Amino acid sequence: MSVAPAEVERPEIKQDVAPDTPWVTIVWNDPVNLMSYVTYVFQTVFGYPKRKANKLMLDVHHKGRAVVSSGTRESMERDAQVLHGYGLWATVSHDS
Amino acid sequence: MSGTGPDDGANFPHLGEPDDPVGAAEAAGPVTGFRATRRGVTCWFAPPQAGIIRTLVGQVAELLGRGEEATAEEDPLEGSWDSPEEFAAMLGLSTSTDAPEDPVLARLLPDGYRDDAEAAGDFRRYTEQDLRSGKVAAARTVLATLPEGGGHIQLSADDAQAWLRAINDVRLALGVRLSITEDFQERMGQLEPDDPRSAYFWVYDWLTYLQETLVRALW
Repeated sequence: MSVAPAEVERPEIKQDVAPDTPWVTIVWNDPVNLMSYVTYVFQTVFGYPKRKANKLMLDVHHKGRAVVSSGTRESMERDAQVLHGYGLWATVSHDS
Repeated sequence: MSGTGPDDGANFPHLGEPDDPVGAAEAAGPVTGFRATRRGVTCWFAPPQAGIIRTLVGQVAELLGRGEEATAEEDPLEGSWDSPEEFAAMLGLSTSTDAPEDPVLARLLPDGYRDDAEAAGDFRRYTEQDLRSGKVAAARTVLATLPEGGGHIQLSADDAQAWLRAINDVRLALGVRLSITEDFQERMGQLEPDDPRSAYFWVYDWLTYLQETLVRALW
């Protein structure tokens, strides 16, 4: 993977949320991505054990979406970008 | 999500029409999937199959590459500095903050925020160029490792990752163009044999099978 975001000063990061509020990366269900592929991507990108990756995949499949990681806004944007590189439909949010 | 397993995926409908726009009918020869071996994953492609993959992967790369024309692999100092687009591209930034109008591009380069247009625009400005470049690079890896005449290919771990993402991008693109839904197998079965979409559905189903076997070979 070579999809690390460009190292650029980012202006105007919103500070209107409490600093301890975790940001999250959400993956949304779509009809094309294969269940096996989504599990594989969660294992590869996040290093999750297969069981956890599979459970998250099933959440996406059955509930329409799942929170797949949480942390700082910057790291969630990085996660979303990597997931976009794999073709998953991911968004960043702070209110999951 | 699509749960097609290798066993289901192998049940390709028979296509015999002569006006097959992408050569899927000729490709309906021996279909093989990826296999894991001690020296990496391998697969065999008939010449028409290689042609279909090369064409589709090339088309997606071309579509994605239009936004990165300014990132030519030339000496950046040689480039024109008076175009803000070119300058931004050198820094890996996109000047665009709007989601692409083409639904295929919008799916391949999705918004990073759902209900915050400003944040989505910022995210796109800082990430879209790299995302496009990564996808184009994966497509180029497929083109570089799959000879036009097909045959037996053997992929390194890195190349296999590129294949995984590039084949998926083609599936996502076809999925948008064919309005693929989770009951697509059912819809495919209901198509009249002379429906021009049949060939594309066949290709989509075949690529799904290839990807499934590639995931399993890499696990």
